[in-house]
Amino acid sequence: MLTNRSKVVVKKEMNFWERIYLPAILGGTIITIKHLFKKKATVKFPEVKREISEVWRGQHVLKRDEKGAERCTACGLCAVACPAEAITMTAAERKKGEENLYREEKYASVYEINMLRCIFCGLCEEACPKEAIFLTDRLVTTDYGRKGFIYGKDKLVEAVDKRIDVTKRQTPEVLEFKKHKLLSHNR
Amino acid sequence: MIAFLSYKALLVLIIFTITLAVAAYSTYAERKVAAFLQDRIGPNRAGPFGLLQPLADGAKFFFKEEIIPDVSNKTLFIIGPSIAMLTALMAGVVVPWGNTLWIGGKEYLLQIADLNVGILYVFGVVSIGVYGIMIGGWSSNNKFSLLGAIRASAQMISYEIAMGLAIIALILMTGTLSLREISLQQAGGIGSDWNFWNIVYQPVGFLIFIICAFAECNRTPFDLPECETELVGGYHTEYSSMKLGLYLFSEYINMFISAAVMSTLYFGGFNFPFMNDIGLSSNWITVIGTAVFFGKIVFFIFFFMWIRWTIPRFRYDQLMNLGWRIMIPLAIANIALSGLISLFVHR
Ligand code: SF4
Ligand code: SF4
Repeated sequence: MLTNRSKVVVKKEMNFWERIYLPAILGGTIITIKHLFKKKATVKFPEVKREISEVWRGQHVLKRDEKGAERCTACGLCAVACPAEAITMTAAERKKGEENLYREEKYASVYEINMLRCIFCGLCEEACPKEAIFLTDRLVTTDYGRKGFIYGKDKLVEAVDKRIDVTKRQTPEVLEFKKHKLLSHNR
Repeated sequence: MIAFLSYKALLVLIIFTITLAVAAYSTYAERKVAAFLQDRIGPNRAGPFGLLQPLADGAKFFFKEEIIPDVSNKTLFIIGPSIAMLTALMAGVVVPWGNTLWIGGKEYLLQIADLNVGILYVFGVVSIGVYGIMIGGWSSNNKFSLLGAIRASAQMISYEIAMGLAIIALILMTGTLSLREISLQQAGGIGSDWNFWNIVYQPVGFLIFIICAFAECNRTPFDLPECETELVGGYHTEYSSMKLGLYLFSEYINMFISAAVMSTLYFGGFNFPFMNDIGLSSNWITVIGTAVFFGKIVFFIFFFMWIRWTIPRFRYDQLMNLGWRIMIPLAIANIALSGLISLFVHR
């Protein structure tokens, strides 16, 4: 009823023209031949990339702050929020002299996301209180083994000199939304 | 005599090559047509527009591992696809690919053999083809293959009857079994001499014939012998490598031949409208006629594929119902009607 396209099914006897099927088949062939001239949906992948949304939820990134220190404090909220249980981490204490490496006193010495488990829902990003993890518009590449899909910090943390732009996923509206803990899924 | 034989041998070679090429490119066309009817593009990586795809597929078939099941009957297992391929290729012998060419005062017939029982020959050869499927399915020693083979043979035998009856009505009208003569009778067509193709006189017969042709070639909506959803691969479940290739290939050749027979019997064969009015020499008319004939064949092959992506598969009892309770009575009524009409209205 929502689409106004529902039809009431009537189980009546078919008349002669319906019973010989040929008009129906003719109608079918006309429908199929029309598709011959329709615009094709195929995207020729390696040459042409599919257009994706600006807020596409692809491979994660662990952000650094302005000075280049890792933002993650290994609080584990992302792992708790993750419905697919894809995130594991080991926390460690920051030593003296490592202040430029890690922003908080506690940091993740190991941080792994299993990309085969991840459903790219973005809940980890939403849960993170430190604005440390974001989903980006990059695609997770293929691999021959399962091992290769467990992404460690080497793949997740952004390089100091090659920052990854996540401003599109950080619009004022999003930040405002994040403040409303009531609306949030992980109350 | 030597010249005659070498000419025929050359013709056989040419037609053999053309048949294989058409069958190979039918596989390509099938995939392209399927793709286009589903708003896709289809194979486009091997060569420009994917034109080398059939060659790649063929090479792949040769390099694939050859598996002959331990429990199968090995001799029959090999004979199966051979028969399928052989009979498929043999049917092309009587098809009139064109009229005659006159070179140096000599007459060259563009047909390998003008049998006076041409249609009967086609029927005979095609009905041997079912042995290829039956033997293949039986010798595989696999229940899916056997079921596929049983379905195939039951289907082909029952549709052959209706097909034969449809042809009888046509023969009543033409008075000959030779495919060449049937073609020649349809010469002229629209133009100075009003002479229509047989489709005008035998629309019901043609309808029966084309439906049965679909069934004979195991094409959708009658592809029950090999329906993937129920029977894995049907009679060729156990086949691999080039033997599977031969089965698939023979299906496409059958499609090509039945398109050729359909064009000959009902769509004027190598004749085309205004052929007697454009005032070209007879050799040119023959050449154009052959091209037109191939055009008709290509259209019918396209039609086979077009229908495949339009109509879903029949259920088995529906198929038998259609064959025995609708097609055969309809064909008999058609014979009676054609007989009456030709009795009262002398063409
Ligand atoms: S995107 Fe969702 S599934 Fe993937 S790691 Fe984050 S919370 Fe888990
Ligand atoms: S990414 Fe965010 S939520 Fe996850 S452990 Fe680090 S700081 Fe906590």
